[in-house]
Amino acid sequence: MGEGKDLRDSSPTVYQALRQRGVSRRDFMKFCSLMAATLALPASFAPKIAEALEKAKRPSLVWLEFQDCCGNTESFLRASNPTVVDIVLDVLSVDYHETIMAPAGKDAEKSLQDVVKNQKGKYICVVEGAIPTRDGGVYCCVGGRAAIDIAKEVCGNSLATIAMGACAWDGGIPSANPNPTGAVGVKDVISGVPIINLPGCPANVVNLTGTVVHYLTFGSLPLTDNNGAPLFGYGTRIHDACQRRAHYDAGRYVRQWGDEGHRNGWCLYYMGCKGPETYKNCPTAQWNDRTSWPVGAGHNCIGCASPKFWDTMTPFYSRLAAIPGFGVESTADKVGLGLAIATAAGVTAHAIARAGRKHIRHEDEEKTAKTEGK
Amino acid sequence: MAEAAEVRRRIYVWEFPVRLSHWVNVMAITVLSVTGLYIGTPFLYPVSDQSFTMGWMRFLHLTAGYAFLMMIALRVYWSFAGNKYSNWRVFVPRSKSQVQDLKEVTNYYLFKRSTPPYDEGHTACAAFAYFLLFLIFLFQIVSGFALFNNDSHTAVHFILGGWLANLMNIKTIRFWHHMLMYPIWAFVIVHIYLSLLMDSSGKNGLLGSIFGGYKFMAGRG
Repeated sequence: MGEGKDLRDSSPTVYQALRQRGVSRRDFMKFCSLMAATLALPASFAPKIAEALEKAKRPSLVWLEFQDCCGNTESFLRASNPTVVDIVLDVLSVDYHETIMAPAGKDAEKSLQDVVKNQKGKYICVVEGAIPTRDGGVYCCVGGRAAIDIAKEVCGNSLATIAMGACAWDGGIPSANPNPTGAVGVKDVISGVPIINLPGCPANVVNLTGTVVHYLTFGSLPLTDNNGAPLFGYGTRIHDACQRRAHYDAGRYVRQWGDEGHRNGWCLYYMGCKGPETYKNCPTAQWNDRTSWPVGAGHNCIGCASPKFWDTMTPFYSRLAAIPGFGVESTADKVGLGLAIATAAGVTAHAIARAGRKHIRHEDEEKTAKTEGK
Repeated sequence: MAEAAEVRRRIYVWEFPVRLSHWVNVMAITVLSVTGLYIGTPFLYPVSDQSFTMGWMRFLHLTAGYAFLMMIALRVYWSFAGNKYSNWRVFVPRSKSQVQDLKEVTNYYLFKRSTPPYDEGHTACAAFAYFLLFLIFLFQIVSGFALFNNDSHTAVHFILGGWLANLMNIKTIRFWHHMLMYPIWAFVIVHIYLSLLMDSSGKNGLLGSIFGGYKFMAGRG
């Protein structure tokens, strides 16, 4: 981001940078309102956020990509309103991002080194993708260096590290069983710096921006839950904020893709929705500038913001986990019913056998009774 | 000999808390099974736009779950406070006579012995089965509250089972909460069959004892 770098060198505030980029005051205030809403703050905080951003210097931000699919970068760049992209890029002052930066090769690596050296302890590091640990971390190298070494250096010297997406959080898909590369999340290899996790596949860019704006406004990182994820973005269960929740309580379910219930926008629970287990602000923040979100678009939640979701939330299209070794959905009930039926059959067989034996041993029984001294 | 066999002793075996927990559990397990199956796989179709099917099913499931919890708690208390037939010592075969009883009962069930064993309370075999069932009940309660806590996040639900979510992921908890229903069904089938069998062969009023509490034992001892 050559342009962004120049702006940072002249050290404008966030607001100045935005104005130089042609963002109107009106759009800026809209952005501040969006951030207040995202952070679950009252509307009265929007001017306070605006005030903070008018004064705040833009923090440098480097974006590391490891074992990833670039999905979080896509999510980051997918705001449908170009103004918001400008705002996000300028608020964040991205100094290093392999996918979107202009320089390549040694020049690119130099800009990363410059940030680490010159702004030690002052920059924000965003990590996308899991970090392989097996065999010395050879399964992911950038510029000839193992991801784990880069992460230790760059994250270790940062002001705070933001693990963007499921993979950077807990290893995500690369760490799914059998995890051939020994992939782990950032929190498993980095210690000593604050880490904010933004689970999800991908994470929503409003939560990333919200985290940074929270820091710029209040001078502290947002409160987090057990997973180290900010409560403003991950404190509410999807099921509880879901637009289809009333259909769930009423018992109106989609039973087949494209059936009447599906066309009527009924609940996707029967189709295996993981909304009841998943904590994220998808229903309210939504995606692509609040255009829609998976459940809104008629697809069940797959629980991508849940721990180890590729292992724990599959099968995605069934409520109940499959029994290992059977590999077919709904076998759990078949096995259970089989047990109950086998028991009933066993009991019946016992009763029949007993009746038969009784008939045969009728005489013996009387003898036994006598010898036992009854 | 024949006369002596006809003399029956009336023994108060199952005290009121034991019978109460038995029958409340019968109702609770029935309700929990039906509503639990619906919650797992909603098999009913909506009949009107005023329906609140899942809401009622969950209400019934949770209410029955609480009743079940209370009865298990009562029964655990009674295994310390109650008579010798309901005491906790009965449920795990440790003493020689218990092991001997276990053998006799098993032999009777396997047709190796033609007369039913003589037990005033539980047979050692039954008692051990109830102990295993109790362990399943405990897991069902803990896992049930772990799933409930996923909705509610209250301190009480955390203590009653929410902590399990720190050890197992929520899908695994749901899976076992669902699957362990089937061994309970299997137990119920065997339990009813053996109650009928022991009632008719033992001629000691076993079936009636869970209603009135009294057994009528032949005059031994």
